[in-house]
Amino acid sequence: MSTPRVISRGATTSSELDSDYKWGFTIDIETDLAPKGLSEDIVRLISDKKEEPEWMLEWRLKAFRHWVKLDQEEPKWAQIHHPPIDFQDIHYYAAPGSKKGGPKSLDEVDPEILEAFEKLGIPLAEREKLAGVAVDAVIDSVSVATTYQETLEKAGIIFCPISEAIKNHPDLVKKYMGSVVPYTDNFYATLNSAVFSDGSFVYIPKGVRCPIELMTYFRINQADSGQFERTLIIADEGSYVSYLEGCTAPARKKSQLHAAVVELITMDDAEIKYSTLQNWFPGDKDGNGGVYNFVTKRGKALGRNSKISWTQVETGSAITWKYPSVILQGDNSVGEFYSVALVNNHQQADTGTKMIHIGKNTKSTIMAKGISAGKASSTYRGLVKIMPSAEGARNFTQCDSLLIGDQCGAHTVPYIEVRNPTAQIEHEASTSKVSDDEVFYCQQRGISVEDAHFMIINGFCRSIFQELPFEFAMEASQLLKVSLEGAVG
Amino acid sequence: MAGKDQTNGEPILSVRNLHVNVGDQEILKGINLTVNAGEVHAIMGPNGSGKSTLANVLAGKPEYIVTAGEMVYKGQDLSRMAPELRAREGLFLAFQYPVELPGVRAWQFLKAAVDALRVHQGQEEMSAREFDQMLKEKVALVEIDPDLVRRSVNEGFSGGEKKRNEILQMAVLQPTLALLDETDSGLDIDALRIVANGINQLRNPSNAMVLVTHYQRILDYITPDYVHVLLDGLIVRTGGADLALELEAKGYDWIKETAGAGA
Repeated sequence: MSTPRVISRGATTSSELDSDYKWGFTIDIETDLAPKGLSEDIVRLISDKKEEPEWMLEWRLKAFRHWVKLDQEEPKWAQIHHPPIDFQDIHYYAAPGSKKGGPKSLDEVDPEILEAFEKLGIPLAEREKLAGVAVDAVIDSVSVATTYQETLEKAGIIFCPISEAIKNHPDLVKKYMGSVVPYTDNFYATLNSAVFSDGSFVYIPKGVRCPIELMTYFRINQADSGQFERTLIIADEGSYVSYLEGCTAPARKKSQLHAAVVELITMDDAEIKYSTLQNWFPGDKDGNGGVYNFVTKRGKALGRNSKISWTQVETGSAITWKYPSVILQGDNSVGEFYSVALVNNHQQADTGTKMIHIGKNTKSTIMAKGISAGKASSTYRGLVKIMPSAEGARNFTQCDSLLIGDQCGAHTVPYIEVRNPTAQIEHEASTSKVSDDEVFYCQQRGISVEDAHFMIINGFCRSIFQELPFEFAMEASQLLKVSLEGAVG
Repeated sequence: MAGKDQTNGEPILSVRNLHVNVGDQEILKGINLTVNAGEVHAIMGPNGSGKSTLANVLAGKPEYIVTAGEMVYKGQDLSRMAPELRAREGLFLAFQYPVELPGVRAWQFLKAAVDALRVHQGQEEMSAREFDQMLKEKVALVEIDPDLVRRSVNEGFSGGEKKRNEILQMAVLQPTLALLDETDSGLDIDALRIVANGINQLRNPSNAMVLVTHYQRILDYITPDYVHVLLDGLIVRTGGADLALELEAKGYDWIKETAGAGA
């Protein structure tokens, strides 16, 4: 299998900000842009642009009306700080090209876009496409290309932009969209439900083991726009899929909002493995710009013996606010959360998970590694909830923090609620620094101070990287190195 | 300098009037030491005499401050070289307390060390296959459990395994000058024999070793060309291998008395 490059090395950059972020270029493409601001008309416009059926518009409008009632009350409990967001100063719809309904084949995709993805290391053209990985490329709000369609269709797998699924597979979408993250769930999820423009849809039929990795690559391009994608993955009985997600954005002075919703559903004996490399623009060294990454990700292990596994490596974004969670509904179901969150300079991360045990003998594992450098702050926030019905539930949680320098912070906020006495819960936590002795030991073997730090940090993350598909793990390790440049040595 | 008068190879290390502080305290108070190619030196002395300080300052440990004197290694002033540069130039320290690196696999660590050395010498990084083969041979040489190199560096290793792992690293890196800081302490008699055997096999006419030790017993296995006795930051006596035996029989107090009140 060749390497799915999520990082492109040596890509030329032209960005608004002077920053080391190597993915900060913008491309000049024709964009179909909605006026700034959010109103019922904008919601209708988005639905109309997407040529959606009436039921979808109704759902969006319900969400929008609910959002209005929330009166701009963003969640306040996370340990993050930012100036108030002006929700009327954002473009809620930005689509490359003016063609209605999007390109039908790669021949119709704007060459500028193909080139941009090439720069990002994600070749989309048939000849050069990544071996063993089917890619759905999303720019701003719209899916621009999906590779390997034919291979997947043969196996009965649906992997397409969600806007297409709404039209072509309305029964599945109607049944499952909002079934894990209802539009009333939280402020950003509500906003997303009203204005989401695209994202990926996956359906794996009964008994099918998806033969290749599925990947969605998200790219924000347009200035002053928000990205609100929505992903829905359904694994039917006895099926398996490994899904990867990568993301980058231009280096812009003004912060940009990214509020996505991801819903996963597994039936009996099914498994979804969901891996994320999050590398949105983190802002410059002084904390200017950067993406506000406010994301709701949740899976429902609906069937018996089903399994949902989240693995995330979070190095980007000015602010990260996300808690990929699992509702363990089916008996014997398994939920896993493996996370590395690295913050440097002025980045902030408040991230963790929720494991809600409902079924009998359900089992969850949480391993969270936080790395803080510069003036950054990182918080692990996690909930383990054992419902009265969850006889024999088990959880193991391990939270480790690593500090680099003396101006950063790390916090761990675990919540444990147990309502069944048969539950077994284990929680371990540690905070450490890279010690001078460790670094000197490496130096004495000829290894530079910077490489020593990199090696020690990689070692700290090893148990998480092991959970990633091999090539992705290599990229994750490189991503850490790039993100830590200037923090050590 | 007293001792054997046979002429050995080219000088590798020359320490002149070396004074070293840790914090405000002077630990080394004017050390003189010359080590030539092909030689093995033993530095003995009671606890707190400055033996480990000497090994660590030569390796460049940051908290050891040279206040006077010089350390010349292969014609270069060591105090102007970063620790990693000293290592790449072939100076190796087997640590008294090897450090644990959680999550860093021992073979990965060694591969990085070998590559740093090779790149410094203008060579290509070693291929994975060549490295595997070489590592296998060295693992056999120092009689270490092959499984250890797949584990995290020193994590969960027993005391003896940690010391043996240091000798493995030495075997892989083939240093010009090896400083072994109390490598024999904490070893049972079998481990001691294996470690000493490894060291003897690595001994050759173009390299040199300095054994820092508290006890004579490792010298039953490794015959030094010179034995130096360190007392309160000064080398007070230098002799041949028989000096170690004499020390063992008479104890450090004997040296203290004969070194005189002026030391």
